[in-house]
Amino acid sequence: MRGEDDGITQHRGAHRVLTAALALLSIPIVLMYLWLLLASVNRDSLSSFLPTGWTLHHWRFLWLATIKPGYPNIWVVTGNSLLFAIAVMVLEVSMALLAGYVLSRWQFRGRLLLLQGTLLLHAFPAITLIIAVFFILRALRLLHTLAGVMLVKVALELPFALWVMKGFFDGIPWQVEMAALVDGANRFTTWYRILLPQIRPGITALSLFAFLSGWGEYVFLVTFILDKSGWTLSRYVASILGEGEVFVDYGLITAVGLFYMLPALVLFTLAHKYLVRLPFGVGTR
Amino acid sequence: MRITPVTKRIWLPAPLLLFLLPSLLLIVVFFVVPISLTGIISLTSLDYRFRWDFVGLTNFLMLLQDTIIPRVLLNTGVYVFTTLLLFHLGLGLGLALLTAALPERPAVILRLIWLLPRFTPSVVYILLWRLLLDPTTYGLLNRVRAAFGAAPVDLLTEHPWSVIVLVNGLTGASLGLVIFTAAIESIPRDLLRAARVDGATTLHIVWRIILPLLRWPVMFVTTYQTLSLLASFEAVLLLTNGGPFYATEVWTLYAYHHAFAFSAFGYGCAMTFVLVLIGSIVSLLYWRVFRFTHLLQTPPIENG
Repeated sequence: MRGEDDGITQHRGAHRVLTAALALLSIPIVLMYLWLLLASVNRDSLSSFLPTGWTLHHWRFLWLATIKPGYPNIWVVTGNSLLFAIAVMVLEVSMALLAGYVLSRWQFRGRLLLLQGTLLLHAFPAITLIIAVFFILRALRLLHTLAGVMLVKVALELPFALWVMKGFFDGIPWQVEMAALVDGANRFTTWYRILLPQIRPGITALSLFAFLSGWGEYVFLVTFILDKSGWTLSRYVASILGEGEVFVDYGLITAVGLFYMLPALVLFTLAHKYLVRLPFGVGTR
Repeated sequence: MRITPVTKRIWLPAPLLLFLLPSLLLIVVFFVVPISLTGIISLTSLDYRFRWDFVGLTNFLMLLQDTIIPRVLLNTGVYVFTTLLLFHLGLGLGLALLTAALPERPAVILRLIWLLPRFTPSVVYILLWRLLLDPTTYGLLNRVRAAFGAAPVDLLTEHPWSVIVLVNGLTGASLGLVIFTAAIESIPRDLLRAARVDGATTLHIVWRIILPLLRWPVMFVTTYQTLSLLASFEAVLLLTNGGPFYATEVWTLYAYHHAFAFSAFGYGCAMTFVLVLIGSIVSLLYWRVFRFTHLLQTPPIENG
C-alpha cells in the first residue's frame, strides 16, 4: 500500500533524509520522557542524567503512609482517580450507546434539533461554563463530591460521544436488525444482543478515550473539590508542582509523575490505532 | 410492527425515550442551563455572600473600565494566534505532510511520539516541562547549556509567552496531525501517481494537489481550535498562573481568578459570557460554513 509507491515521494534517499530530520526534531520529546523514567530510578537523579546507580527509594511514596504531612496516602488518591475515570467511562459510553442507537435508527420529532444541537455543542468551549456549573453543583448539593464532577465531565463530553456512537450504529446494515425483529426479539434485546456485539470496536475506542480523559482531568477537579479525601492523582501531582522544597527532590517527583502516567501510557498504546477512525473533526470527512 | 425506517415524523415511543433521557438530562443540566445561567449571573453582583442582587449591566461597564483588561486582551490575542499559526496549523500540517511521505513504519512511530504529549495527563506533561526548564543548574536545559559553557537561564520567567505557546502548542499540533493525516490518506493514491507520471515534482504534488484538497480540514482546525484556544487556560494556570503580574493572564483565566480566587462570580460571568456569545456565534457560523447537513442524513460509515 504505502511505502515505495506512496505517490508523494519515491526516493529511498529522500525517505532516509526525512526520517532523520523528523527523528532529530522529535528527540527533545523523547528525551523528556526518557528523563522521567531514568530520574525515577536514579540513585542520584539531581547530578546526572544517566543513572549512576539504581534505587527504588524514590518510589517510597508507594509504601509510606504519606510523603509529607498534609498529603493523603497515594493509594487513596489513586483509588479516587480510578473511580473517577471508570465512572466517567461507564456513564459516557453507556449513555452514548443508548442515545446513539435511537439517533441512528429512528426518525422522530426533534431528531434534527437534537442532532444539530449536539453538533453545535461539540464545538462550544465548555470550560467557559465553569462558573455557572459551580452554582448548579451547589444547588444540587454535589459540590465537593467526585460524583458531581463526574456528571459534569460526562455531560461535557456527551455531544462528541453521541456522534461517535451514532456513526458506528449507522455502519450496521438494517437487515441484521430487521431479521432479529422479525424473529420476535424486542427493541431492547435487539439493541443489546444484536447491535452491541457488532460495534465492539467502537465501544472499545470510546471507552479508552473516555477513560484517558477522566484519568487526566484536572481543572474541574481542582475547582470543585476542596476536601483532601477527594484528591485525585492530578491534584496530588499539581500540589507537588507547587511545592518549592519538594521540587528539589527530582527522584520523588519523577517517580510520582511516572506512576500517574503509566496507566495512560498503556492505554494510549492500545488506543492510538483508533484515533484516526473517530470522527474527531466531523468536518473532515 | 414497523421494520423499515419511519419516514413520517412521529413522536418517539416511550420506551425509546428512555434510551435518550439520560443523555438529554445531563446535557440540559450541565450544558444548556449553564449557558443561560452564565448570562443571568453576569447581571448580578454575586460574591462570597451568595446573594443574587441584580445590578443590570454594571459588570459589563466595569469590564470596560478595568485597567487590566487591555493587557488580558492583548495576551489572549497573542496566545491564540501564535499557537494556532505556528503549531496547530504550521507544525500539525508540516508533520502530517512529512510523515505521509514516509514509509509506514517510521511514519507510525513518529506520529506516536508526537501524539504522546496529548495523552499524557496534562499535569504530568507540565511537570516534564517544569523539570526541563528548571532555573537551577539541575534542569535538563541548563545542564545541556552547561555542557557548552553557557550560564543557566530561567526561560519561564524571562520568556513566559514563548514557553506557554510552545508547551501548549506541542499538544495542539497532534490534533492537526491526526486530522490532516486522515485527510491526506483519503486522497486516492492514483491521483498522485498520475501526477507523477505526468512529470510533476514532489513540491508540485504537495502544493498543487495535496494542499488544495486539505482546504476543508484546515478551515475546520482553524475554527475549532480558535474557539478552544480562546477558552483554554489549563496550561497557563499550571505554568505561570497568569503571572508575573498579569503578564500571561488570558481572558478565561482572568474570569476564573475573579470567580474562584476573589469570589466575584458576577464579574467572572460577565467575562465568560462574552466568550459564550463568541462561542455561540462561531459555532453557528461553523455550522453554516461546513454544511454539516449531509451528516444528518447519511453519516460516515465507520468500518470498525
